[in-house]
Amino acid sequence: MLPDTRGHYGDFGGRFVPETLVPALDELEAAYAAVKGDASFTAELDALLKDFVGRPTPLTVARRLGGDGARVLMKREDLCHTGAHKINNTLGQALLAKRMGKQRIIAETGAGQHGVATATACALLGFPCEVFMGALDVERQALNVFRMELLGAKVHPVTSGSKTLKDAMNEAIRHWVTNVRDTHYIIGSVAGPHPYPMLVRDFQAVIGREARAQALAAHGRLPDAVVACVGGGSNAMGIFSGFFGDPSVRLIAVEAGGHGLDSGAHGASLARGRVGVLHGARSYVLQTPEGQIAEAHSISAGLDYPGVGPELSYWKEQGRLELRQATDAQALEALQALAREEGIIPALESAHAVYVARQVARELGKGALVLVNVSGRGDKDVDSVRRALAQGGKT
Amino acid sequence: MSDRLQKCFAACKAQGRAALVTYLMGGDPSLDESEALTRACLESGADILELGMPFSDPIADGPVIQAAAERSLKAGTSLAQVLELAARLRKRSDAPIALMGYLNPVLSMGEGKFFEACEKAKVDAVIIPDLPPEEAGAFCAAAKKHGVATVFMLAPTSTPARVAAVRAAASGFIYYVTVTGVTGARRTMAQDAVENLKALRAGSPCPVVAGFGISSGEQARELGQHADGVVVGSALVARAAAPEPLSARVAAVSALVKDLRAGLAPR
Repeated sequence: MLPDTRGHYGDFGGRFVPETLVPALDELEAAYAAVKGDASFTAELDALLKDFVGRPTPLTVARRLGGDGARVLMKREDLCHTGAHKINNTLGQALLAKRMGKQRIIAETGAGQHGVATATACALLGFPCEVFMGALDVERQALNVFRMELLGAKVHPVTSGSKTLKDAMNEAIRHWVTNVRDTHYIIGSVAGPHPYPMLVRDFQAVIGREARAQALAAHGRLPDAVVACVGGGSNAMGIFSGFFGDPSVRLIAVEAGGHGLDSGAHGASLARGRVGVLHGARSYVLQTPEGQIAEAHSISAGLDYPGVGPELSYWKEQGRLELRQATDAQALEALQALAREEGIIPALESAHAVYVARQVARELGKGALVLVNVSGRGDKDVDSVRRALAQGGKT
Repeated sequence: MSDRLQKCFAACKAQGRAALVTYLMGGDPSLDESEALTRACLESGADILELGMPFSDPIADGPVIQAAAERSLKAGTSLAQVLELAARLRKRSDAPIALMGYLNPVLSMGEGKFFEACEKAKVDAVIIPDLPPEEAGAFCAAAKKHGVATVFMLAPTSTPARVAAVRAAASGFIYYVTVTGVTGARRTMAQDAVENLKALRAGSPCPVVAGFGISSGEQARELGQHADGVVVGSALVARAAAPEPLSARVAAVSALVKDLRAGLAPR
């Protein structure tokens, strides 16, 4: 079972953080190990996932998305309370923070979905909450900023660096270094120092567990391929983790193609990154030849990240993942297609996966089964989609 | 430990004072100016030079050093150029030089190649805040091969087990971070700093220097009584980057270094 005791997934992962944080990570690791075997914790979390989040989320058969090709099954994380899968993890971590006796919660956010999900968990469980968000994303996702504020969270716009998710994470880490004794940091992705990639994967694994059982129950078989978008990788690790043990199931990770891989403006860390260290873990990282972190680009704030979770790097290295990309324009196209053909407006992040699911369904043809994770809904993106379409789809 | 570091700490001890360690970012705002500013530190009484290696995502640094890294990178500074700068400084002085920066640019260059360049430039030590000893096996081996000391940090939150791990891996000196926080000047010292420093120095295999938040001669005096050295960074970087002509910035940096040195003088 991955990771090893020091948080390594093969050559990836680990713990590359300032000394001040190491004891806090040790404490978190120990607290998590303690609740893992604690039935009362699992029961409390499961009850929240059922009665507050609305799990299990449905597995919807797409009526038109696959065209004449394979049947496409959509795992409907867009129907989770707060509109995306992020809430699975924030509730788990907030409950854990409560058991650890922490007094306050901080988080970083890109698209704002993780920020909203954290603010929601904090409102429910009675934590003060502060969220760090790149100034550029604050602008792109104004609705989610307001949503967090309505939920009682304080949002800090981060103006350093590229003013996006990576800078928000830098600032959250700095804040945590300063307030580590009473504060829990809820990382939203399967990134960061050990034990975060493991913790977030485990809290998101409910997606894959449900989807696998639902596919078997309704269709009598496993899917031929599972498709998910990858920024940091939390929804992908969540759904993939249900199928790592099924060698017949292809796992397809869809990264942000941005303006195209050769344009240099993309978020394809797995496809085009080099192994490096960012935000506490060794993984594939978009970087310059000098080892400076490069700015990613994607129409979707959630995929606009130059790193990726270390376990995904490991599975890439093992040859278990197939890597594909969807460009900004292709994601926009898929978002509109899903809206018109299926009556679902997906998040721009999820639209990347939808684009590739449609592609794979055509490649596999009739009789095949493709599972796609619709990780979030598109309400937060309606404004930016309208702007992009008004400009002829340019991003 | 390198001869230069050993001699330096011994000489300061003989004078009954802590060593003054000054930090400036390499290449901020340009290589030439940072060379002039660093030399000003030396000429005004700095004992050990810390030279920053700029990184795009400095998670252990406050706003002042973040901005310094941004300026340096904007000016096009490369890691190789910071190593060349260290070599030029070495030609003029025997003061120990420690490079401080983040792991990714070093990994990108390759640990072997990096430490080979350090040896050639006669750099004495390397400090990487995002590299705890548990992950530093290959790094320390490469450093040792080239005779470069590996400095690790301890913090107010460090447990006894962490202290032991750092003591086992550290060479040159141990860097005690006096506050739970990022780099940057602070008005007041952490309450537990003196007590923690006392405990750390007892049984330490190498000298212990205190850093983070120290900005005045008065603060240097207070902590210098309980440490083998004190590090001053952000306060110097702020003066080095003030919107003034180079001569005025050199004068301001010199004045602060003299004040700090005076603060460390035995009474």
